[in-house]
Amino acid sequence: MSALAAANAASTGEAVQFWVLGTIAVIGALGTILLKKAVHSALSLAATMIILAVFYLANGAYFLGVVQIIVYTGAIMMLFLFVVMLVGVTAADSLKETIKGQRWLAVACGLGFGILLVSGLGRASLDTFEGLGTANAGGNVEGLAALIFTTYVFAFEITGALLITATVGAMVLTHRERIERARTQRELSEQRVREGKHLPPLPAPGVYARHNAVDIAGLLPDGTPSELTVSQTLRARGQVRDVSRQALEDLKALEQRAEERLGRGPSEPQASRPQGRKEENAQ
Amino acid sequence: MNPVNYLYLAALLFTIGAAGVLIRRNAIVVFMCVELMLNACNLTLVAFSRMHGNLDGQIVAFFTMVVAAAEVVVGLAIIVSLFRSRHSASVDDASLMKL
Repeated sequence: MSALAAANAASTGEAVQFWVLGTIAVIGALGTILLKKAVHSALSLAATMIILAVFYLANGAYFLGVVQIIVYTGAIMMLFLFVVMLVGVTAADSLKETIKGQRWLAVACGLGFGILLVSGLGRASLDTFEGLGTANAGGNVEGLAALIFTTYVFAFEITGALLITATVGAMVLTHRERIERARTQRELSEQRVREGKHLPPLPAPGVYARHNAVDIAGLLPDGTPSELTVSQTLRARGQVRDVSRQALEDLKALEQRAEERLGRGPSEPQASRPQGRKEENAQ
Repeated sequence: MNPVNYLYLAALLFTIGAAGVLIRRNAIVVFMCVELMLNACNLTLVAFSRMHGNLDGQIVAFFTMVVAAAEVVVGLAIIVSLFRSRHSASVDDASLMKL
C-alpha cells in the first residue's frame, strides 16, 4: 500500500477505481442537490462521503479514510437523519421561487465558478507528485500523531475547547424549560367540553377488510375518507391511503365473479385475471 | 492517471455543493451541501498532501473534520430550534432573528 501511495503516477487499478467511484461520487453529489426529499439527499450524500473515504485511503491518508467513515458517515450523517426525522416531516421544499430567476442565476453562478476552478487547475503546474512513501514510512497514524502533538499541539487543544463549546451550545439551543405545568387528562377533557368540539376521542383509522393499517382513513357514511382519523404526521407527509373507491370496486369484482361462476362454467380460468388486476389497483 | 484528477473531482464536488447552497431552500439540505463543500476541500488537502510528500495537509483535513463535526452539532440545533418557533425549515422563512 505504501508503495502505491508513493507512486508518482497512479497505477491502472487506481485509475479504474477513480473513474468508477468518481462517477458515483458526482452522481451522489448531484442527487444531494436535486432530490426533493431531504432523506434521499442525506443518503446520496452519505454515498459520496463513503467514496471520498476510499479516495483518502487511495491517497495514502489511511487514518483520515477511517475517520471519514466513522465521523462523517457514521456520526454526522446519522445526526442529519435524526434531524430530518424531527424536522423534515413537513419540511418539503417549496418549488415556488421567491426571487424570480434565482434558480437559473444560481446554476449559472455554479457553472461559472466551476469553470473558474477547473481552468485555474488546468493552468497550474502540478506535474510532480512526490507521493507519501517517505512521510508514511513509519506508519500513517504515527506520522500524524507526531505532527499533532508537536507542531499542531495548540490547534489541537483549541479544537478540544471548540468541541466542548459546541456540545454545550447544542444543549443550550435545544433545551426547553417547561414554564407551565403539564395539563392533566382531566383538564384536557374539561377544555374539550368547554370548547365544544370533538367531545369524544378522535375516530379510529379505517379498518377495511384486508387493510388494517393506520394510514387508511376511515370512511364517513357517504363514503368519503375522513381526515380526522389519520395521524397528523402521516397527513403532513402525504402518506394517507385512500380506499373510498374500493368498496364499489370490490362489489363489482364480486358480482363479476359470481356471474362467471354461475353463468359461464368453462371460462373459469379467465375469471382470475380481472380479479388479479383488481388486487393491483388496491395496492 | 495523473493524481491531479483528484483535484478536478474535488473542484467539481465543491461546485455542486456551492450550487446546491444557492438553489435549495430547505435548511437541512443547504447544510448538507455545506458538508459536501467541506468534504471536497478535504479531498483537495489530502491530494496536495500526497503531492508534497508530507502529512501537513492531512492534519489540516483532520482539523476540518473536527470543526465540521462541531459546526453540524450547533447548526442542526439551530435548525431544530428554528423549526420549533416557525414550524418550517425553509431558509426563506427565517428572515428575522426573532419571531
